[in-house]
Amino acid sequence: MRISVTVNGQTHVRDVEPRLLLVHFLRDELGLTGTHWGCDTSNCGVCVVQLDGVPVKSCTVLAVMADGHEVTTVEGLEKDGELDPVQQGFVQCHGLQCGFCTPGMLMTARWLLDRNPDPDEGEIREAISGQLCRCTGYENIVRSVRWAAENQEAKA
Amino acid sequence: MSTPMGFGRMHRKEDARFIRGRGGYVDDVQLPGMLYGAVLRSPHAHAWIRSVDTAAAEAHPKVRAVITGATLAGLNLDWMPTLSADTQAVLATDKVRFQGQEVAFVVAEDRYSARDALELIDVDYEPLDPVIDARTALDEGAPVIRDDQEGRTDNRIFDWEAGDRAAADAVFARAEVTVSQDMLYPRVHPAPLETCGAVADFDKVTGKLTVWCPTQAPHAHRTLYAMVAGLPEHKIRVISPDIGGGFGGKVGIYPGYVCAIVGSIVTGRPVKWMEDRSENLMSTAFARDYHMRGEVAATRDGRIQAIRVKVLADHGAFNGTAQPSKFPAGFFHVFTGSYDIQAAHCEVTGVYTNKAPGGVAYACSFRITEAVYLVERMIDVLAAELGADPAELRMKNLLRPEQFPYTTPTGWEYDSGDYQKTLQLAMDMAGYDALRREQAEKRARGEPMGIGISFFTEAVGAGPRKHMDILGLGMADGAELRVHPTGKAVLRVSCQTQGQGHETTFAQIVAAELGISPDDVEVVHGDTDQTPFGLGTYGSRSTPVSGAATAMVARKVRERARQVASAMLEASPQDLEWSVGESGGAWTVAGTGASRTIQEIALAAHSNLELPDGVEGHLDATCVYNPPNLTYPFGAYICVVDVDPGTGQVKVRRFVAVDDCGNRINPMIVEGQVHGGLADGVGMALMQLMAFDEEGNHLGASFMDYLLPTALECPSWELGETVTPSPHHPIGAKGVGESATVGSPAAVVNAVIDALAPYGVRHADMPLTPAAVWRAIQGDPIRTDLAIT
Ligand code: FES
Ligand code: FES
Repeated sequence: MRISVTVNGQTHVRDVEPRLLLVHFLRDELGLTGTHWGCDTSNCGVCVVQLDGVPVKSCTVLAVMADGHEVTTVEGLEKDGELDPVQQGFVQCHGLQCGFCTPGMLMTARWLLDRNPDPDEGEIREAISGQLCRCTGYENIVRSVRWAAENQEAKA
Repeated sequence: MSTPMGFGRMHRKEDARFIRGRGGYVDDVQLPGMLYGAVLRSPHAHAWIRSVDTAAAEAHPKVRAVITGATLAGLNLDWMPTLSADTQAVLATDKVRFQGQEVAFVVAEDRYSARDALELIDVDYEPLDPVIDARTALDEGAPVIRDDQEGRTDNRIFDWEAGDRAAADAVFARAEVTVSQDMLYPRVHPAPLETCGAVADFDKVTGKLTVWCPTQAPHAHRTLYAMVAGLPEHKIRVISPDIGGGFGGKVGIYPGYVCAIVGSIVTGRPVKWMEDRSENLMSTAFARDYHMRGEVAATRDGRIQAIRVKVLADHGAFNGTAQPSKFPAGFFHVFTGSYDIQAAHCEVTGVYTNKAPGGVAYACSFRITEAVYLVERMIDVLAAELGADPAELRMKNLLRPEQFPYTTPTGWEYDSGDYQKTLQLAMDMAGYDALRREQAEKRARGEPMGIGISFFTEAVGAGPRKHMDILGLGMADGAELRVHPTGKAVLRVSCQTQGQGHETTFAQIVAAELGISPDDVEVVHGDTDQTPFGLGTYGSRSTPVSGAATAMVARKVRERARQVASAMLEASPQDLEWSVGESGGAWTVAGTGASRTIQEIALAAHSNLELPDGVEGHLDATCVYNPPNLTYPFGAYICVVDVDPGTGQVKVRRFVAVDDCGNRINPMIVEGQVHGGLADGVGMALMQLMAFDEEGNHLGASFMDYLLPTALECPSWELGETVTPSPHHPIGAKGVGESATVGSPAAVVNAVIDALAPYGVRHADMPLTPAAVWRAIQGDPIRTDLAIT
């Protein structure tokens, strides 16, 4: 099937198998390997991207379902050489170790702050509760998102 | 955060790529002409293979090769050695011995076609009775799993003991109080979010094999590939790229890696193989699975005198534990823990079962996790028997500072410790007395609340090569340090980070030793063509061994710099003093202001400066560090839980963790590692379980069934620290990566059992799921939801 998907502002037209997962479309077809894959059951959330501004697990979306839609991946967070505050927050607060869950966490954090610029700890935990991290015990991820909330204008 | 000239908090160098989605994990490797592999796995736990028909798969238009056990047998690669000197089938030829075992490998043009073709392979199995419950493995008439081994008539792998049985028995015979408790440390899996995989690229023209693989031990992999496949070792390059978590699960060599290599040799094209999550959970290294009986003898006033342990260890179908060869039960015999106990004895029997092989994987420091859990549970069982406060009982029996270095009754020499101080700090941070008062009030109202303590001592940094090797490879690590003419440095180390931040902390070690900025040090790791030999990152050994090698090689560089500085300053080398000031490291002529910075010396070392005879010039150095002993980090953990008696739901309300890992290179990174380990503890204690039914079907083969803690199950961790440097480590550090995973499960379980004490509960096995807790409250703490584990 021929699909046209806008990813990080750039439109890509490709012929794909109907069964192709969005995560594999992004990784294998477009070479955007920042979006990861980690489970067969939509549990881990390392594949989270934004589809029309809403976080989705790209392992649970077919590429053809993204036809005509806008996808934002971790590669699209940095704008004109400026890191998004959530990216800065993860560095500031040591919100990552192996980095495998990080892109998905960043995409959810961005969405959360867009809707709720001042989330408390409980709201942050709730927002990332569909995603796993095996390294950080979540503590510093929560702090990183808080840092971003407090430094929405931060430039880096 | 500014960059310190050495130790201290600094942001991680590796973050820049990860936050941009620019990490390079194995599945990100794309090579021209690359093919994709997929593994066909056994649906049975135990069955004869009558035939494997691959004709239809081979006829698939996108399939380029189908490899079976028979193909491999032709290459003498159907079996491979495990890390415990057993053998493991790469692709089964005779029998399958666990559900999920590798049977065939398909190589195709793309991922999806490879999977499609698996369905076209027809395997004729003749099912056999499996051995699933380790407690029946040695029964008369139990099916013999490893009939591939000549002369084998049972499922016993080893009997092993440590300590002094007679001494322990003598103390027990006259003890005022004895307690005994059976407990299971159930099978769990480390489940890093990145599964295992490999990209193999064999170049027929040059004969060079390159393998990208998220291995925690790239050099050991290279040597084993050379030994097993007969490939010349200098023609093998193992690249361990960014790793999405390891935790011990990425130490060993899995059949899929070998298949990818064979696939590339057979097709002449690069082959990528990535397992999916259920393959990862079903077939890669599990951890624990120790059935333990602990016994403690004590005086009535609570002085512990002896401890005895009996263990039945389930090793699965192949003995594949990754641990030093001379230690079949890992370092389990540190089970006297942090206590002053005169007599100790343990015996461990290892058995085969029809489950996946593995054994120590999961941040366990070679089975110290099981040992700590055992002794810390036993202390609470004794406290319950004596009606003593568990904190007081620990205080009374902990080793005292003046006893260090301390040799345990099972032969370990603890390097340093100041245990009471650490426990007291944890109690102060938690507000222990206030918590006990709150608990009493709640109990009066029928609200179960529990306070659990765990005190652990770890033995990490394997290890002294005369005692420790893996398949004959000694556990010393090399390091190379180059200092360029402008004073910038490149460090090459053998260990490999899986998130521990070596690119930052190892640069900090060099920085501290040479008085330069960590920003001026590049750390190269994870590529066997670019780094010196060493055994890798697991068992919390990177800082104790490779970190020590880094400090020592930097000191060598410093000494070489002294020679050059002496020529520059026209002073005798003995008259020079090293110092690190505001502007960095420098050699100064004692008693004068005449001085040269390390950067000035580096330039001179590469210049036309006339050097005395015997001084080579350049500053580069190499070294190999053979640790004189292990390091012994320790800590005190206190967990507070609330239990809903109606549902059995446990809420971890607080968790206080005081760790002593000696000197901290980067406290931010240490704390991060502790956080992760504490989450593991909550997960293992309350949620995680690899269960099987009677037929050997895996009941935890996805993240829907194998539950891992999310941000909602984890409290906000409260950390404290004490610092008792290791006396024998060059920078006084001890290693911390696994401390929290080792120490925390016992604190959580002790807290839950403490909460359930009013119901007469003295023990219940992990995981303490709502169902398990509810049953314990009903007086049935034995797990019945799982036929067998
Ligand atoms: S890959 Fe695990 S949720 Fe998408
Ligand atoms: S940083 Fe490793 S999984 Fe989150």
